Amino acid sequence: MMDAPLLPLFILLTSLLAAPILFALPERAAKLRTAINLGMAALKVALVGWLSLKVSQGVIYDLRFEMLPGLEFKLQADPLAILFIALSAVLWLITTIYSVGYLEHGPHRARFFGFFSLCVAATVGIALSGNLFTFLLFYELLTLATYPLVIHRGTAEALRAGRIYLIYTLAGGLVLLLGTLGLWVLAGTTDFAPGGILADMAAENRLAAQLLFVVLIGALGVKAALVPFHRWLPIAMVAPAPVSALLHAVAVVKAGAFGIMRVVYEVFGIETAQALGMTAPLAALAGITIIYGSIRAITQDDIKKRLAYSTVSQVSYITLGVALASPIAAVGALAHLIHQGLMKITMFMAAGNLAEGLGVKRVSQMDGVGRAMPGTMLAFTLAALGMIGLPPLAGFVSKWYLAQGGLDAGQTWVIALLLGSSLLNAIYFLPMLHRAWFRDAAPEGEGAPGRPRIGWMLAAPPVTTAVLVLVAGGFANAPFSPLEWTRFIVAIEYQE
Amino acid sequence: MSVELSPMILAIFLPLFGAIVAFLMPRMAALIGLGTLAMTTGAVIWLAHEVLVTGAVVLPLGGWGAPLGIDLRADGLSVAMLTLTSAVGFLVSIAALDSLKGADQVRQRQYFWPLWLLLLTGMNGVYLSTDIFNLYVMIEVIALAAVGLTVLSGSRAALQAGLEYMYASILGALLFLMGVGFVYLQLGRLDFAGLSGAAPTGALVAALALIFVGLALKTALFPLHFWLPAAHANATAPASALLSGLVVKAALYIVLRLAQYMPFPSENLLTLVGLMGAGAVIWGGVQALRAERLKLLVAWSTVAQIGLIFVAFARAGELGLTESWKAAALLILAHGIAKAAMFLAAGRIKDEIGHDVIRDLDRTPIRPTLAQFTFALAAISLIGLPPSLGFIGKWALMEGAMAAGYWHWVAVTMVGTLLSVAYFSRVFAGFLRFDRVRAPVGEHQGWALADAAPLTLALMAIGLGLLAAPLLSFLEIGYPFGVAP
Repeated sequence: MMDAPLLPLFILLTSLLAAPILFALPERAAKLRTAINLGMAALKVALVGWLSLKVSQGVIYDLRFEMLPGLEFKLQADPLAILFIALSAVLWLITTIYSVGYLEHGPHRARFFGFFSLCVAATVGIALSGNLFTFLLFYELLTLATYPLVIHRGTAEALRAGRIYLIYTLAGGLVLLLGTLGLWVLAGTTDFAPGGILADMAAENRLAAQLLFVVLIGALGVKAALVPFHRWLPIAMVAPAPVSALLHAVAVVKAGAFGIMRVVYEVFGIETAQALGMTAPLAALAGITIIYGSIRAITQDDIKKRLAYSTVSQVSYITLGVALASPIAAVGALAHLIHQGLMKITMFMAAGNLAEGLGVKRVSQMDGVGRAMPGTMLAFTLAALGMIGLPPLAGFVSKWYLAQGGLDAGQTWVIALLLGSSLLNAIYFLPMLHRAWFRDAAPEGEGAPGRPRIGWMLAAPPVTTAVLVLVAGGFANAPFSPLEWTRFIVAIEYQE
Repeated sequence: MSVELSPMILAIFLPLFGAIVAFLMPRMAALIGLGTLAMTTGAVIWLAHEVLVTGAVVLPLGGWGAPLGIDLRADGLSVAMLTLTSAVGFLVSIAALDSLKGADQVRQRQYFWPLWLLLLTGMNGVYLSTDIFNLYVMIEVIALAAVGLTVLSGSRAALQAGLEYMYASILGALLFLMGVGFVYLQLGRLDFAGLSGAAPTGALVAALALIFVGLALKTALFPLHFWLPAAHANATAPASALLSGLVVKAALYIVLRLAQYMPFPSENLLTLVGLMGAGAVIWGGVQALRAERLKLLVAWSTVAQIGLIFVAFARAGELGLTESWKAAALLILAHGIAKAAMFLAAGRIKDEIGHDVIRDLDRTPIRPTLAQFTFALAAISLIGLPPSLGFIGKWALMEGAMAAGYWHWVAVTMVGTLLSVAYFSRVFAGFLRFDRVRAPVGEHQGWALADAAPLTLALMAIGLGLLAAPLLSFLEIGYPFGVAP
């Protein structure tokens, strides 16, 4: 096959170039818009597949472009990038189908899909960034591209949520700028490299290195919704369902979690981070976030809010796995990056279907919805059971490795944490399933579910991702499964 | 020396000639204006090519060299400023064709072009001058034209603001002239080269301080900014774009240029300049947060942004000066482009909606989408978000401040960034809220040609950030930042 050194750039451009075209299309050109959306998304999946194949064969992609003397814009495709980019490409395709169905007759579709594409471009850029400077550029682009999506409905409530979202993420971005500058001034480079770039500097100036760690992780923690920076996430739930799905599964919170991985593994290096005494507090913070998010989720009646608090909790599994500084836990963290994405996107799309088809937005209205929308609720159920950690679903695999990693790192409290978290997951998810399947629908009248009216574009995507949840868990040891790829990455990051 | 045709001569005298012809032939003013601008731009491109090929170019006028005669000199920095002026000027002119087409704007049309061409003469003159008396003459030309542009709309508010602007301008020029006089008494010469070797006696420092205060008044550095918000907010949109994007840059450029030749000011004086800048960043930001009208908000943001440029001037010790001045130059270019885009976009929004009251922007079903999008793009550069040129400038500023351990200037920059996010997001909320109108909100209202110029400018402000490395190496041609390698 032909070798294309510009392949990562092409992947970035599939969505980056789609954006201005989508903006420019008149509102009524719905068919053309859908064709461009789906065409580009499918093209991206194909290109990412090709790239994964090449990278697994050991081809190295490295594109550089000098922006300021010595400071480069750098794209690189390493296995970690592939993991994230594959997730975003596949889920973008599925979410695009869902969005087309969801917004079929809504206003401002040109704007929506333009920013949607920009958002995906930013995610791809984040995945492919070869240094922290490039990462910063796309991290800010992500903020700017998601803001119009969050406030898409244009109501007072949406704008209030948008303002809070913007304040949190831009303040976080500014702190990240500060940290990136600090890294540049201290280390003279911002390149990501397995094993880190700060070992010498950290030995020389421990305090500065510790401070840098706090600044960088704090900045990324805003998007990763680490307590106490999580407040924007449940509020941002006013966004349309496909936006929430994307935000929670691949885009914003994942960008934060992915950034934490890059910073811990490839800026500091896991050994240096450990030597600085920073991993233990980070693990503790992740643990607190896991429990806090779950507890808050229990009392939410709004379905999307409950899911949002669940995300706060679940995304921190990733941070926990990184901070445990054990290769086995790292496998769990990386696998969870994928698994949580699959499960959460399923649940958000299902929640969107409940709202669209039945007008059901609250947990207390969910009685009997399983009978009204069996496909959607089956998908939701699979994802929820996966979140709880029921074998052989995807969530079980990540929790298993995290627990093993906890033992490996000699942190037995992790087992208790995971068990507690699973219990809490069950407490807030099982009642939803119980209502959906085992209770009768409320009698006709207010709050009773009517006839569902959703097309295949809304019905199929959550079912598809639910199947993926099943496959990722059941065939975790197959070649090219997320888990297998994860092992490949961990071998690199731990330089084994 | 023979009478050689030089692009430098053309860059100064073509607009002057055009201004006179346009004044004499008011019916043809627009055509003459655009034609002159095109030719001047051509001259600037020619000059840029020369500078790129041969390095800095010096032209002794009338065959006498400095210090007896007058030299014109073009290096990377001056050509960058000339290019900024031509490019922004050209696009603003295209926008002006549209925004001054009303039947009730005959007089505005008549005077806009001669005044604008005169302004161009003055600015090009500033960027090519090599002595401070020449600079004085040119800033007077600029002031004359700029005050004229301010009052162009003829509204009461504009006249009032123009009057204040004129007082400030005259006072600034007077201080500048006094400084020039003292320099001449001290040194017996007025060319830049004469300044560079001079011993920093008390009298010379005082003279330079007078010059600085005069310039600070002209560029509206806090607390001498009082005239700017009203003047820039009440002028017609193309005039505002020229005033905010280009005119204040002339005085900033002179500060930057003189800094190259001046004896090193004491650390304390630099800190004082930085504090004035910090005051501007905060006061301008707070006022922008409180502004009720869109154009006033944009004008206050100019006060804040100019403050940030002075923070860049001040942020480093003797060793870091070269680097800090590069950051200032980048910020000047970034602000020039982005602010012109923003004022034009604000003007378009005002034209379409019929008012520019920020809190009522969402009470109309009319949404000039493209102008709003342009406004947002310009805001990205002004806030300093990547990958815009404003971001690169801010990065250079903060990098230097951090490397030198000047954490207070880092803090000021961050506060300024947060303030700008806060005040611009007020505007975005007005663009994007839909539940305060009964009628369905018309979105995507098609493409108006009038939006092309501001959109181009805004895209330049964003895209040039990607070309910052070549831009910087161009800026350094002829070592305008003092240090030859």
